[in-house]
Amino acid sequence: MEQAGLEALLERLQTTKSIEELQVWTHEVRDYFNVTHVVYHTVTHKGEQIGAFTYSLEWARRYVEKDYRSVDPVVVGGLRRFHPMDWKSLDWSSPQARAMARDAAAHGIANQGWTVPIWGPSGEFAFFILNHATDDAGWSRFTQAKGKEILLVSHLMHQQAMRIINKETDGPTTELSPREREALTQLSLGQSRAAVADVLHISENTLRAYIDSARHKLGAANVTHAVALALARGIIIPKGPLPKY
Amino acid sequence: MIRYLYADQLSKVTVLADSMFKDRAAQFKHRLDWEVTIDENGWEVDQYDVLNPLYAIWQNPDGSHGGSLRILPTVGRTMTAEHFLHLTDGVRIASPLIWECTRFCLSPRASVDVAPALMAAGIELGLRFGLEQAVGVVYAHTLPLYRRFGWMPDLVGASGEGRERICVGLWPMSEEARAEIARKSGIPVSVMRRWFDASFAGPAAETREPHSLAA
Repeated sequence: MEQAGLEALLERLQTTKSIEELQVWTHEVRDYFNVTHVVYHTVTHKGEQIGAFTYSLEWARRYVEKDYRSVDPVVVGGLRRFHPMDWKSLDWSSPQARAMARDAAAHGIANQGWTVPIWGPSGEFAFFILNHATDDAGWSRFTQAKGKEILLVSHLMHQQAMRIINKETDGPTTELSPREREALTQLSLGQSRAAVADVLHISENTLRAYIDSARHKLGAANVTHAVALALARGIIIPKGPLPKY
Repeated sequence: MIRYLYADQLSKVTVLADSMFKDRAAQFKHRLDWEVTIDENGWEVDQYDVLNPLYAIWQNPDGSHGGSLRILPTVGRTMTAEHFLHLTDGVRIASPLIWECTRFCLSPRASVDVAPALMAAGIELGLRFGLEQAVGVVYAHTLPLYRRFGWMPDLVGASGEGRERICVGLWPMSEEARAEIARKSGIPVSVMRRWFDASFAGPAAETREPHSLAA
C-alpha cells in the first residue's frame, strides 16, 4: 500500500511541467510523509533561483526581504555539503539565527527539520527540506525509518526541477545503457534477481547497482516500478510469447 | 580516532591536511607509481579533491594523518563514471543510495587499527545516511586487506595483469558487515558510532581540535 503511494507520488512528479506545478506537487509530498512543510530550492551564485514549497507566501517574501538566507543555519551550514542534515546538528547560536528562528516559528515553521543537500551532475546545488512539529525522539524515529525514501524523493524532485528549468519535460526519454536495458528486460520476464544476475554473468550486488542506477534515471520508486516505467515508455520491449486472442 | 571532514574544513586542521596529502603522494606516486600530480607543497591532489569531497580520516594522537579515504556522491561527478566506465559494462553508476569511495590511503606510520577503522567509518556513514552500497576503484592485490576484515567487495569489472590489475568494486553498507569488521578488528560498534556523532551530531565539529593539540 505504502509503496503504491510512493509510486503514484513519483509518477505525478513526472507530469509536472512548470515550477507552479512543482509547487502544487510539494503539497502531495507533504501529505505523503505526513509532515508540516516541504521545501525545495536551488542555490546558485549566478542566475536565477527557483523554489517550490508549502510555506506561506508571506513567509517566503519575508525571508527574502530580511535576507535570512545569509544567516539561516540551514543554508549556511548546508552549503557545499552532501550529507542529509538534522537541523539540530546545525549551529543556531548566533543572535541573528535565533531571531530568525523565532520569526520563523511565528510564521508557522515547525521545530524539527531534515535537509538533503543535492549536488547535481552539472555542479548545480539545491536543498530539499522536510519540516515538522514533533519531539526529538519522534523526529529521530521518522528520519531513521524514512531516510532512504527522503533521499530518493529529494533527488528525483531535483531531477525534475532541472528538466523544467532546461525545458526538457517533453524531450527525449531517459537514456539507459544497453546493460541497464538488458537487466530490466530480464527482470520484466519475472525472473528472480539471482537468475538475472546469472544470465548477465554478474554478481547480485552488481545487478543491484545497475538497476538502482536505472531506477534513479527512470524516476522510479523501486525495481518493479522501474521495470513498469521502462515498459510503459518503450525503453524495453516485452519479450516472451505474444498474448493469443 | 576517525574524523569526517569536508575539503573546505581542512584549512582548520593544517597538520592533518598536510600529512594526509603528503601520505597520498607517498602511496600513489612513490609507492604505486600512478600517474598522479604532486603540487608545490608535495601534496597529491586531483580534480576530485577540488569538488569539496568528504574525507574519512584517521587522526593520530599527535594530530597527523594515519589513513584516509575520499567520498563523493555518485549523482555528481565521480572517478568511476569518468574513468572506469569500461569496467562497469558502460553503466554510469549514479544513485542517491550509492556513494563513491576512492584514494584509500594508509600512512607508513599507520597502526594495525587504521585500515579496519576506515572500513568501519565508510559503513557507519552509509548506515546513518541510508545508503545501500559504496562503489570504488582498487588494485586487485589490495583485496586481501578487505577479506581479512570480512568486507570483500563484489567485483564489477577488472583490467590489467599482476600488480597492475585494477578493479571496480561494490561494498555493501549493512549492519552484518559492520558487525563483522567489529568482530575481526576488535573495534566496538559503539566506538564507530561515537566517531560519527563527533563529526555529524553537533555544529562546527571542524573547529574542535583533539585535546592533545589544544594543550
